[in-house]
Amino acid sequence: MSAGIVGYASYLPRYRLEGKDIGSRNDRVVAAFDEDATTMAVAAASQLLPAAASPPALYFATSSPPYADKTNATAIHAALGLPPNMLAADMCGTGRSAFAAMAAAAQCGGVAVAADVRIGRPGSADEKTGGDGAAALLFGEDNVVADVLASCSVTEEFLDRWREPITATGQQWEERFGGQRYTSLIRRASSAALDAAGIADPDHVVLACPNSAVLKRAATMVKGQKSVTTSPAGFGGAADVAIALCGALDIADAHDTILLLSATDGCDAMVLRTTELLTASRQARTLEHQRAQGLPIKHLTYLSWRGLVALEPPRRPEPERPAAPPASRAGHWKFGFTGSRCQNCGFVHLPPTRMCRACGTADAMDPTPAAGLRGTVVTYTVDRLAFSPSPPMLQAVIDVDGGGRCTLEVADARPDELNVGARVRFSFRRLFTADGVHNYFWKAVLDDAE
Amino acid sequence: MPSNGIAGKVAVVAMGCSHFGERWDAATDDLILEAYNECLSTATGISAADVDAYWLGTLSSGLGGLTLSRAIGSDDKPVTRVENFCATGSEAFRNACYAVAAGAYDVAMAVGVEKLKDSGYSGLLRQDPPGDGTAPELSMTAPAAFSMLDPAYCARHGVHPDEMRAAMTHVAWKNHDNGTRNPKAQFRSPVTRDTIDKAPKVAGRLGVFDCSGVSDGAACALIVPAEKALDYTDRPMYVEALSLVAGSARASMDTGYDFTTFPEVVKSAKDAYAQAKIDHPAAQLSFAEVHDCFTPTEIVLMEDLGFSDAGNAWKDVLGGEFDADGRLPINPDGGLKSFGHPVGASGLRMLYEAWLQFRGEAGDRQLSDPHTALTHNLGGRPGGCVSFVSIVSRRLRAEART
Repeated sequence: MSAGIVGYASYLPRYRLEGKDIGSRNDRVVAAFDEDATTMAVAAASQLLPAAASPPALYFATSSPPYADKTNATAIHAALGLPPNMLAADMCGTGRSAFAAMAAAAQCGGVAVAADVRIGRPGSADEKTGGDGAAALLFGEDNVVADVLASCSVTEEFLDRWREPITATGQQWEERFGGQRYTSLIRRASSAALDAAGIADPDHVVLACPNSAVLKRAATMVKGQKSVTTSPAGFGGAADVAIALCGALDIADAHDTILLLSATDGCDAMVLRTTELLTASRQARTLEHQRAQGLPIKHLTYLSWRGLVALEPPRRPEPERPAAPPASRAGHWKFGFTGSRCQNCGFVHLPPTRMCRACGTADAMDPTPAAGLRGTVVTYTVDRLAFSPSPPMLQAVIDVDGGGRCTLEVADARPDELNVGARVRFSFRRLFTADGVHNYFWKAVLDDAE
Repeated sequence: MPSNGIAGKVAVVAMGCSHFGERWDAATDDLILEAYNECLSTATGISAADVDAYWLGTLSSGLGGLTLSRAIGSDDKPVTRVENFCATGSEAFRNACYAVAAGAYDVAMAVGVEKLKDSGYSGLLRQDPPGDGTAPELSMTAPAAFSMLDPAYCARHGVHPDEMRAAMTHVAWKNHDNGTRNPKAQFRSPVTRDTIDKAPKVAGRLGVFDCSGVSDGAACALIVPAEKALDYTDRPMYVEALSLVAGSARASMDTGYDFTTFPEVVKSAKDAYAQAKIDHPAAQLSFAEVHDCFTPTEIVLMEDLGFSDAGNAWKDVLGGEFDADGRLPINPDGGLKSFGHPVGASGLRMLYEAWLQFRGEAGDRQLSDPHTALTHNLGGRPGGCVSFVSIVSRRLRAEART
C-alpha cells in the first residue's frame, strides 16, 4: 500500500516574545509554560482526527521529548482517544525524524505528528529565530488531498548543529560551513526526487533546514513556479518541515506539485501532487493566520517558563506527583477527557462516576467524550495563592455543551479576558511536573483566543 | 425523617478554649492542655479521672487517639480521633454527645485542636491520598473556591459589584470589631473599611481581610446526661439539635447549581430546626456563630440558614442587622475572621462562645439575656461540602422560648 495525505493541521501556540525584547525585527512564537511537544502534538493532531478515528499508526517526531525511557506518543494516543490496537511510537531527533515519520505513514497509512519546543539562551539566535509549534499529517488511501509521487534521501555526516540530550539549548558551528554542505545536498536531493517524479519544475518548493543561511538563500537554490516557502513560525526543529508543508498546503491549488525538502544532516525530499479535494479539506485556520495572532508575554516570564530564571513562588507547597495506578485507572478521564452519562436520567458526570449523582442509579453509564466539545464559563476566579509554574492560576467552572460541568484551569488567558458567559474549548496541557512526572490534564481555553 | 435528634438528652457542663493565634511557643500538646485545664477547672465535682471517653477532632495535627491521650496523660480511656474537613471540631462534639445520649458513657469529653502555623506555608495544606492529578481542589486554594460566590451572587441577584464589595467589607469589619472585645482572639485590633478594601488580593476579589485567620488553637467540652447537668454546674448548656450533612458533590457537576447557596447548609439547617422545633430561626435564636471562612460565605450563609430572604443578605449585612447590636448578632466572638481558624478547634470554639454568653461570662461582648444559639460549621467548598448545625440553649427545651 502507498498512502497519500488526507488531512493536515498545524498548531502554533498563542504566546509571542516581542521583537524589541529579544533584539529581533520579528516576534517569536513561544509555547506556554503548560505546553510541551506532547501537548502541542495533541493540539495539532486533534484537528484532523474525527471522533472515533482509527488510523493504523501514530508516529511522533520531536527533538524535545518530555520523557526519555517512556514513550511520549502513548499520551498523544490517549488524549486523542485512539483505539488500543495500533502502533504509537516516538521518533526522537531532528527534522530527519519528522521526515521518517512522514515516510512511514506514507508507506502504510497513519498519523505523522511533529512538535517541538525550541529553547535558545537569552540573546541567542535560537531565541530570536526559533519557533515552537506542531503539525500533523494524516496519510491514507481514501480522500487523498495530496499524492506522494516520489521521495528520496541523501545522507551525510558533518557538524552543523548539535546538542547534548541533557541540555536544553544547542550550539552551531560557523554557519557558512553548514550552509555550503547543505547547498550541495539540497541540489542533489531535489534533482533526484524531481527526476523520480518525472517533474521538471514544481509549482511549490517547501524548504526546512536548521541552518538559517540556507533558508535565506532558499529562492536562489531551488525554483518553484508559484512559491518557495519556509516555515513562517521560525525554525521549529523536528516540527519545522511538517509546519512548513502545512503552510504550502494552505495556498496550493488543486493538481499543484510540491517539492518538500528537509535538509538536516543530509537532505530528504518528497514530491507531492495535490488533488481536487484539497481546496475543500484545508485546515480551518491557515498557518499564516495562526502566525499573525498572538498574545505578548514578558521576556522574564518566558525565561521562567523555560527554567532559565527562577522566580519567587507563592508560599505554598509544591504539588505531589500524580500516582501511576490512579492515573492509569482514570486514563479515559485524565488523558481522554471522557466522563459518564447516566443511562437512566442523562446526568453527565465529569469526571465519570459509577453511582449517578442525580438519580442514584448504579453502574449504568455511557462514556461521554468532552475533549472536542465547547463550553461556557459559569464563574471563575484568579487564584493568587495557588502553586503554579506561572502564577496567578486562572480557574473556571465550565458548563459543557450537551451536559456536564467541571472546574478547570484556564490556559493562555489574561485575567481581564475572562468573563461569565465566555465560550471555551478544551486543550490538553501539562499542569505541572513533580518528581519528573508530567501531570497532563485538560484545561479550558477561550474560544476566541487564537 | 432526616434524624431523630437528641434534643434535651445531653448538656455541656464545662468548656475550655485556648488563645488562638500564631502560637510559636506552644506545641499541639500545649494547646490541648490549655483548653483541657480550663475546661476541668470550670466544672465542679468532676476530675480528669471521671471522664469516661474522649473524642478528638483534628484535621492534620496528629493521627490516632494517642494525640490526645499522650497530651493529657489519660489512663487507658477510649479516644476516638475524627476528621471532617473544617467541621472537624463539631464532629468530635457531635459524636461525644451521641455516646452520652446513648447511655454508653456518663461523662464524655470532646477536644478539638489544630497547629497550623508550624508548616511555614500560607493557607491550609491538604493531605490527599495518591491520585490521578486531575482534581481541581488539588490546585485551587480555598479562598479561590469561595471567591466564586461573589460574582455568582452579584449575577444572580442583580447586585452591583461595588455593593457586594461593601457587604463583604462590612462582614470583615464587623467580625474584626467583635474580635476587639475578645481577649482570646487572634486579631484584636480594629480594622478600618479602607484597610479591608485595599488589602492585597488573594483570590478573585478576596483580599487578605476577606479570609479567616490561619491559626493555632484548641477547644474542649465536657458532656453529661441532661438530667445530671445540675450536679456539675448551675448553668449548663443544653443540646437541642445536632445535624450533619455530607453532600454528594453533585453540585460540582450540576449545571443547575449557581454558586449562590450551599444546598448542604440548607438541608442541615432544616434538620436542626426540626429537631429543636424552631420555625422562625431569625426570631427564636438569640445569636449565631457561623462559618465565616471568607466574607462572601457569611453573606450566603445568612440566606441558607434562614436569617435573610434570598437575595437580601447583602442588604441586611450592610444595614447592620447582624452586628453585635443588630437584630441577630452573628459571630459576636469575632468568628473565624478574627478569632482565628484552627480547623479542628473551630466548631468547639463556636460552642464555647454560646457557653460564655449563656453564663454571662462574655465580658465586653456580653449580649443581653441570650437563651438560644446556633452554631454552623462548614467543611469543603461550594459544589461539595459537609455542613454541621447545632442548636444549644440555656434552658431545657421544655422551658425554652416560652
